[in-house]
Amino acid sequence: MATISLKDLVKNYGKVEVLHHVEGEFQDGEFIVIVGPSGCGKSTLLRMVAGLETVTSGEIYIGDKMVNQLEPADRDIAMVFQNYALYPHMSVRENMAYGLKLRKFSKDDIERRVNEAATILEIQDYLDRKPRQLSGGQRQRVAMGRAIVRDPQVFLFDEPLSNLDAKLRVQMRLEIKKLQRKLGVTSIYVTHDQVEAMTLGDRLMVLNAGYVEQFGTPIDLYEKPASVFVAGFIGSPSMNFLPAKLTNSHIELENGHKIPTSSAQQGDAIFGVRPEHMVVDDNGPIEVKTELCEQLGANTLVHGRLNKCETSVVASIQGHWDYEPGSILRFNVTPENHHLFDSKTEKRLES
Amino acid sequence: MVEHRPILNIVTHLVLILGILIVALPIWITFVAATHDEARMLQAPLPLLPGPYFIENFKKTLFGSGLSGTETAPVWRMLMNSLFMAIMIAVGKIAISLLSAFAIVYFKFPFRMGFFWLIFITLMLPVEVRILPTYEVVADLGMLNSYWGLSIPLIASATATFMFRQVFLTIPDEMLESARIDGAKPMRFFFDILLPLSRTNIAALFVILFIYGWNQYLWPLLITTETDMTTIVMSIKQMLEAAEQSPQWNIIMMTALLAMIPPVFVVIGMQKMFVKGLTETDK
Ligand SMILES: Nc1ncnc2c1ncn2[C@@H]1O[C@H](COP(=O)(O)OP(=O)(O)O)[C@@H](O)[C@H]1O
Ligand SMILES: [Mg+2]
Repeated sequence: MATISLKDLVKNYGKVEVLHHVEGEFQDGEFIVIVGPSGCGKSTLLRMVAGLETVTSGEIYIGDKMVNQLEPADRDIAMVFQNYALYPHMSVRENMAYGLKLRKFSKDDIERRVNEAATILEIQDYLDRKPRQLSGGQRQRVAMGRAIVRDPQVFLFDEPLSNLDAKLRVQMRLEIKKLQRKLGVTSIYVTHDQVEAMTLGDRLMVLNAGYVEQFGTPIDLYEKPASVFVAGFIGSPSMNFLPAKLTNSHIELENGHKIPTSSAQQGDAIFGVRPEHMVVDDNGPIEVKTELCEQLGANTLVHGRLNKCETSVVASIQGHWDYEPGSILRFNVTPENHHLFDSKTEKRLES
Repeated sequence: MVEHRPILNIVTHLVLILGILIVALPIWITFVAATHDEARMLQAPLPLLPGPYFIENFKKTLFGSGLSGTETAPVWRMLMNSLFMAIMIAVGKIAISLLSAFAIVYFKFPFRMGFFWLIFITLMLPVEVRILPTYEVVADLGMLNSYWGLSIPLIASATATFMFRQVFLTIPDEMLESARIDGAKPMRFFFDILLPLSRTNIAALFVILFIYGWNQYLWPLLITTETDMTTIVMSIKQMLEAAEQSPQWNIIMMTALLAMIPPVFVVIGMQKMFVKGLTETDK
């Protein structure tokens, strides 16, 4: 078990800088999720921690040891890959034992550890099978087993669930979370799936094009997104962004409607509202011309456009509703659910 | 193909039978010739059915001093020579190309692509093309009339290196990374992961290269002068021209028959892996 700190990490591929001055302090036993769209540098960051990529500049500490120059095997980490990377010619048992064998553990010790890990993951029954005789979910478990037998200080996961079908993914997600809780091993988990990120992470690091957009708890990210990018990325359906002008304690929308605000800021801004925070209110300031209703059972998604404007708006309201296309609906949003962003920097405006 | 048309069936069978006949007839004639005595083989119509001298010819050929009137090595000796040469060539080629493919795929070193192209160029330089300089080198190293001289010049192999490079490229990078995290050093990775994963390809290549080595003619002819070092393939040719007498077909054919056996065994023994190695893509 260990803390991890990333200090001013930079990664270049040739002349191209793909990670820009990443900072992070991860606590002992914490489950950290690195989340961001494809190509933003998540895997690169993880692989730098693993020692599979070199560090261009900056420092990585595991515990209080600087590991920049250490081989992956000497960093006391274990990694679970997206395609599992099990050795196809070895049985499940041999796959799990391989790392221990190379570290010269005694036969008895290996046997004991493999059996223990297999029991935890419920894979005792196929210890003697080859990976190709296993289903995707079972392979996933074996890959996890291979990680936990060594009892490392850090677990690294690179999108370990993205090859599974939706149902299995939800199930394995819970299991990974439980397992990590139980073992209390500091973990870094990479995913592009924000739901996975929100449910798994103690804290989330949102990456965008190699920059850390925000690093905080899931609730922080949801309630106080630091930028338009984070606000749009976290939450589903994603936040509505309405161009607005801030005038003396009012938010003025494109169509001239005004919403009172406590913000003292002035000038152009982006007004963000989550669909689930839009409340139908006949006197509400947000006037929406509906286009389509999606009934999801528990709630209904109303798609439309801000009246007299092109800006599209989505509202999620409780129950079953079906509005004629073209009808006008009015919504209100309580002030604590207002999000204001600078229209240029797209950073959050604090009141 | 799951078509069931009787005419088509008959035609396909006819074609197959015809093909087998064409391939098998010379072998049958070889066999028949090896079962008659010398005199019968020189009479006009050649026999098409086996005669009674098989065992006698077999003993004479395998353990005798070959043709009467010449001093060739007994055929068992040639078989051993051929076997050694073929195995050394096949094993040597496989070992060298495995290692060079490993270096080219998994290591970054200066002029990596340069070396790659150097290996590539040797494709255009089979022994026949570089025969004089190669002979010179082998002679200077004192390797004439030795197994080393027979096999080493034939060992460097671009084709096999390419094949293994291709095989290694299909193995996902994560396999290497996983092994690195597990603590495997490069040669450990090579022996524990790469070799087992290329097993079927190695087997397929072994079959091809063994036969390539076994069939070598020109090179052994050049560098062996002692009868003790002759290989069976070259000696068959020599037997035809041996002495001023008419060829002893029974002995020559028996030799040819014996020359066929080891490759046949290799093919049959490795058939399963051979097919797998050429068709399997799942890694
Ligand atoms: N070996 C490499 N050589 C050059 N560029 C690379 C290499 N690996 C990744 N990249 C680039 O670095 C960026 C980040 O990649 P990656 O970390 O794999 O993204 P993610 O995992 O978030 O999808 C991408 O733009 C990718 O093209
Ligand atoms: Mg990735």
